[in-house]
Amino acid sequence: MSLKSEVIENLIKEAIPDAEIVINDLAGDENHYSATIKSKIFKGKSKIEQHKIVYKSLKGKMGNELHALSINTMEI
Amino acid sequence: MNENIKKEIGELIDKNDVCLFMKGTPDVPQCGFSLAVSNILKHLGVNFKSINVLENNEIRDGIKKYSDWPTIPQLYIKREFIGGCDIIKEMFEKKELQIKLSENNISYNK
Repeated sequence: MSLKSEVIENLIKEAIPDAEIVINDLAGDENHYSATIKSKIFKGKSKIEQHKIVYKSLKGKMGNELHALSINTMEI
Repeated sequence: MNENIKKEIGELIDKNDVCLFMKGTPDVPQCGFSLAVSNILKHLGVNFKSINVLENNEIRDGIKKYSDWPTIPQLYIKREFIGGCDIIKEMFEKKELQIKLSENNISYNK
């Protein structure tokens, strides 16, 4: 199971249009990524809520096609 | 989700002030993210209950629905869902986890 970083980026972008996204393929295996996502949408939300927005944008792929995605969300 | 599993998870969270759903055990973690959270709790000397989701597929799927959170590990403190690995690491670094433990009268190494 693997997922291209462009697919992840597009899914996040679709759900969070103003997102500035930086994705790193940590192991070079298209399966372990880290993503830094900056958006206005995170303002006033808890970290749990912020991460849930990102997980939801991935439409169930997290934990399935995508094994590991370390998430770092930031308000702008 | 299955009512029995929901009840079982609810009881685990009720009975244990600090409850970590993880892959593997604190001694033999089976995933780097579970290892990281388990090590933070060990480092803080927190007495915690660990549940190895790899031993029970129903709990593994159930906890994801219960918390509306798609990944393992998951940490609960006094029935409150605190987060997964990224959030716990950040909270630990910012001392927010330590504050959360103090607020809940849970002892840890200062």
